[in-house]
Amino acid sequence: MSAHAARGADHPILSVRHLSKRFGRVQAVDDVSFDLFPGEVLGIVGESGSGKTTLLRAVAGQEAPDTGAVLYRDRWGGLVDLHALPEGRRRRLHRTDLGLVQQNPRDGLRMGVSAGANVGERLMALGHRHYGTIRQSAHDWLARVEVDPARLDDPPAQLSGGMQQRLQIARNLVSEPRLVFMDEPTGGLDVSVQARLLDLLRGLVGELGLAVVLVTHDLGVARLLAHRLMVMQAGRVVETGLTDQVLDDPQAAYSQLLVSSILPV
Amino acid sequence: MSAHADSLAAAQTVEGYNFAYLDEQTKRMIRRSLLKAVAIPGYQVPFASREMPLPYGWGTGGIQVTASILGACDTLKVIDQGADDTTNAVNIRAFFARTAGVATTTRTEEASVIQTRHRIPETPLTDQQILVYQVPIPEPLRWLEPRERETRMLHALGEYGLMQVSLYEDIAQHGRIAKTYNYPVQVSGGYIMAPSPIPKFDNPKLHRNPALQLFGAGREKRIYAVPPYTDVRSLDFDDYPFDVEHWDTACALCGATDSYLDEIVTDDAGGRRYVCSDSDYCDRRRQAGDTGAAR
Repeated sequence: MSAHAARGADHPILSVRHLSKRFGRVQAVDDVSFDLFPGEVLGIVGESGSGKTTLLRAVAGQEAPDTGAVLYRDRWGGLVDLHALPEGRRRRLHRTDLGLVQQNPRDGLRMGVSAGANVGERLMALGHRHYGTIRQSAHDWLARVEVDPARLDDPPAQLSGGMQQRLQIARNLVSEPRLVFMDEPTGGLDVSVQARLLDLLRGLVGELGLAVVLVTHDLGVARLLAHRLMVMQAGRVVETGLTDQVLDDPQAAYSQLLVSSILPV
Repeated sequence: MSAHADSLAAAQTVEGYNFAYLDEQTKRMIRRSLLKAVAIPGYQVPFASREMPLPYGWGTGGIQVTASILGACDTLKVIDQGADDTTNAVNIRAFFARTAGVATTTRTEEASVIQTRHRIPETPLTDQQILVYQVPIPEPLRWLEPRERETRMLHALGEYGLMQVSLYEDIAQHGRIAKTYNYPVQVSGGYIMAPSPIPKFDNPKLHRNPALQLFGAGREKRIYAVPPYTDVRSLDFDDYPFDVEHWDTACALCGATDSYLDEIVTDDAGGRRYVCSDSDYCDRRRQAGDTGAAR
């Protein structure tokens, strides 16, 4: 299962060190550290309020942590602290190397413009100025995430929930990022749509060699996508390990509770 | 307005007001903003816009800029939609004739300061002239990004992908860039700027114009500028280059084929005529003997 070893990368692409974030009296994230290797999918699981989304937002550079560092290894092997970077470089990194797929596609999409413009936005932000080329990339990416390219000029509001989520994925992947953060990517979708989306995600992650930090409360999703799992409770990491290991033989009391709470079908 | 009426107004300069209405402190404040605006082409400089004796949207920003740069020896021309004889133009001209006693004119080349709304005169400007624009919405990214803090950040970082997205969307929906006025421009390879609601026909005149161009937005409290001979590029795509409007017809009054034409409905049966929007340009051509009928 060690995908990183297969890719010959011994250096983590992302190192999180002693990250803490407090909201008033609530310690949302408490001294969390982890490494993520290229091509690896790390699942963060836990119940609502366990701090997993806050952790993701802090790691993705959306929210400044109180203490701790998020170190990203760029394409040239240099380590950069995402929160210490100047705003301009940080934003640039977010347009090129990083991606963020949100639970609610409305948060991650530009609802006022067409699907094609949504996919092309990153390219245009990177300085592409040829309409035909941008449109062709948008067309190709829609096809790749299995949305009918005939919907290229439709606004996202006219697409179904599943298609909106696919569109959000295409919009993120168009700049060929190396590291993608996903917050409940299949949340709010019905099960058959969820299954197809998971298939797609699994295919894309393997094909593109993406490193992914995946936050989910759905252990089924975690088992399908994640190589490694991190179980969170009250802002702390209570257990980490290979996905199958954590799900089949949980050690921490909370993990056992979580795994035993899965509803049998 | 006739020269007689103008001189009459000038003779009756009102008592009790400072020269050009605004007090000297305010003018100095605005001049400081103007200097900064000229130093950073296309950058929107905040200024403490004053209440003026006319409603927002009628040119409060332009009037304040004009009041701050006007000297006793200046000659002022005011146009609204290219015309010297529209309500807004007549009143602003009369305002400065009464409060500053400056000479006014309708002739483009005689004016040292031209305040304008929606047009750049057809007659080429010189480096002895200043063009003052009235600007309703100075922020070109406003309809794309509602947060002021964020738009300032986007300007600061030169992150203008969003503007390109809106042009993309135009082509996707309409087959061409559908913006016909307030067409976004990039000034001197830096800031993206709203040229105020001038038709895109006038955009090429912004580029390397010998005149100093000042933009005042009273309600939004912003001033920006394009210094003389500055590069101003209209945004576009490589395969959808910027283009201006064309008409199949000439001006019905003066026969001009190189000016911006207004469509005028003449009856209820679909009759219409196209005439120059720049009234001074049209008058002068007719005085010189050009007639549309002759063509």
